[in-house]
Amino acid sequence: MPSSLRHAASLIVLHWLIALLVLANLALGLYVSDLRLSPTKLQLIAYHKWIGMTVLLLVLPRLLLRFIRPAPPPLPGPAWQRKAAAATHGLLYVLMIAVPMTGWLMSSAKGFPVVMFGAVQLPDLVGKSEALGDFFEEAHEWLTNGLLALVLLHVAAALKHHLIDRDATLARMLPIVARNPLKESK
Amino acid sequence: MNIGTRFGATLALAFALAAPLFTIPGTAVAATPVYDRVEDGQNHVGFVFRQMGVPVEGRFRKVTADLSFDPETPENSRVRLELDLVGIDTGSSEGNEEVVTRPWLNLKVFPVAVFESKTVRALGDDRFEVVGDLNIKGTTREVVAPFTVTYNGDTAIFEGSFTLKRLEFAVGDGIWADTSVVADEVEIRFRTAAARAG
Repeated sequence: MPSSLRHAASLIVLHWLIALLVLANLALGLYVSDLRLSPTKLQLIAYHKWIGMTVLLLVLPRLLLRFIRPAPPPLPGPAWQRKAAAATHGLLYVLMIAVPMTGWLMSSAKGFPVVMFGAVQLPDLVGKSEALGDFFEEAHEWLTNGLLALVLLHVAAALKHHLIDRDATLARMLPIVARNPLKESK
Repeated sequence: MNIGTRFGATLALAFALAAPLFTIPGTAVAATPVYDRVEDGQNHVGFVFRQMGVPVEGRFRKVTADLSFDPETPENSRVRLELDLVGIDTGSSEGNEEVVTRPWLNLKVFPVAVFESKTVRALGDDRFEVVGDLNIKGTTREVVAPFTVTYNGDTAIFEGSFTLKRLEFAVGDGIWADTSVVADEVEIRFRTAAARAG
């Protein structure tokens, strides 16, 4: 595959790193929210916050990089699919910021500041307030549901391109060039 | 017992309320009025504990104080604080449900925590130090708490803090004894005020 048709290596690394962290945190968040209070729960909540803040920290340079190293042009396909893909990618970026932000806001409002790795305390974004805490908890939950739905859609679309369309959409985001020659790299 | 009349009422009250640990200062009549009129709603006792490195603030909503502060002869001062643990707020509703259980405060058996001073000494300027017995969950430990005094008209405001180790009082034992999750050290912050007879 010509390198001009692949995503930038830095963006590929950030994509998969963030994908891993987001998936881990979705699972962790869903699991921990139903857990009874225990030392384990407090530990897992702390890990959840650290992972979420790490995602936020990685998304910002990723967005910058995307402007510097734009994605390769979309592969041929129906216009509606290209529009849907662009919208999904845009919304994924919005949620990769909004979900950790509402988590951070919720932590501040509930009076449990975020202390990265148990060592570096992040500033509180709002003062302690039960009403705000409940509001951001609700927002965090709904945005997370949205993120989960979009991730599923994103994964389904990538697999559809790879397995049904048999094009290079997924391959050009893979860390190593796919071995089987795909349509585009003929 | 050579006790000034101004002390009389205070001491009678103190005897009625305080434990037998109380010792009578052997000194003479105070030159200036003591600050012993505690105003309702002026007693604030809060705490800060760390879980996973996160500082969480809580407070005791029901605090009764009985104190007598003598700036001229600080060693005549004394204080007794009673914390009604029903009024504890650990900073979250989940925490409030948990803290009353047996591994934590075991509220059904130990509904109050009491601090009773033994000695008060001046540290210079407006700084003082009170040494006393703190009883939580049936365990009594001596604690030392430095505090400062500021004056506002006829009112003296006392502010200070000290750190205790929760496990010394068996607070949060069992699965919660792991101090890497909830730290052993709990900082106690207090602020109370008393007026003198004008």
